[in-house]
Amino acid sequence: MITLSCEEVRREISNYLDDDMSPRMRRLLEVHLEQCRKCAVLLDSTHNVLVLLADERRFELPAGFSLRVRQMLAKEFEKAKAD
Amino acid sequence: MSENCETFWRAVNPTSELDSDMPTAVGLHGCAQMQNTLVRESDRVLEGERELIAEILAGNHELYYELIAPLERRVYYTAYAILRTEADAEEVSQEAILKAFRGLRTFRGEAKFSTWLLSIVANEGRMRLRKRREVSLELLKSPDNEGEYTPIELAEWREIAVEALAQKELAARLEEAVAALPEIYREVLILRDIDELNIAETSAALEISVPAVKTRLLRARLMVRDYFVSRSWARHLASGKAQL
Repeated sequence: MITLSCEEVRREISNYLDDDMSPRMRRLLEVHLEQCRKCAVLLDSTHNVLVLLADERRFELPAGFSLRVRQMLAKEFEKAKAD
Repeated sequence: MSENCETFWRAVNPTSELDSDMPTAVGLHGCAQMQNTLVRESDRVLEGERELIAEILAGNHELYYELIAPLERRVYYTAYAILRTEADAEEVSQEAILKAFRGLRTFRGEAKFSTWLLSIVANEGRMRLRKRREVSLELLKSPDNEGEYTPIELAEWREIAVEALAQKELAARLEEAVAALPEIYREVLILRDIDELNIAETSAALEISVPAVKTRLLRARLMVRDYFVSRSWARHLASGKAQL
């Protein structure tokens, strides 16, 4: 059976996370991951960091941001009504 | 929904009910039932958006607040991640929100409104950046140094719980990791992994090819992971904290 090298797995990590690969490649990659702890750790850690990155709780808006956006839009709405 | 599906959903999307965007890592779960649920929810959100936009276009402008309010954090963060200064990020956020309102009639409704708005933010941000730095488009797009990248090897990995984001320090380390990326990698990562545009949408927003998005995304993900694990996670381990 054909096997993937660690380097080939690294190249496909991103596509694997996006589920953007053929079923055959996915199988090969998963066989490798079952046997290679280093690559499994690389996948887990990358995945976890991406989940944390996407979490909105870490984004903080500057104080008054929403209010200023509303004020800016209120002027625009007035203008749109006048046109 | 089975227990496994629930566990999966909470893991990938801890803050929401089943009404938000399809998570990045949905493919890892591989559950058809869960994917169908996500698609149905996504259709429902799109339908709600279309109705809201129709009302705004009919003259009920104040409803535009409702459309953009859930997106303010992502709009600001996207602008900030590109520009790195609060003043520029706020100006660009406002310009993009205004531009989207003025161009709402041209929004075709095939994608989500959030995708469209965030693409405008990214575009405005990049234009501002180019102006500020007087860097040419060609330079920004040059595929310099996009070859192989070898990530740091770790002997083990302990899951960092999303609850740990409440710790300001952890959030700051993530921020640093994103900021440390060279621009061509940072912008791909922001659009794909933070704003959750798909590959094709990211390619269109940045005006680069799909293969270029994929190549940069791989590198961006490995680099941000490396920066984060080397500066943050290792430090927590060294300080003797058993669990983040």
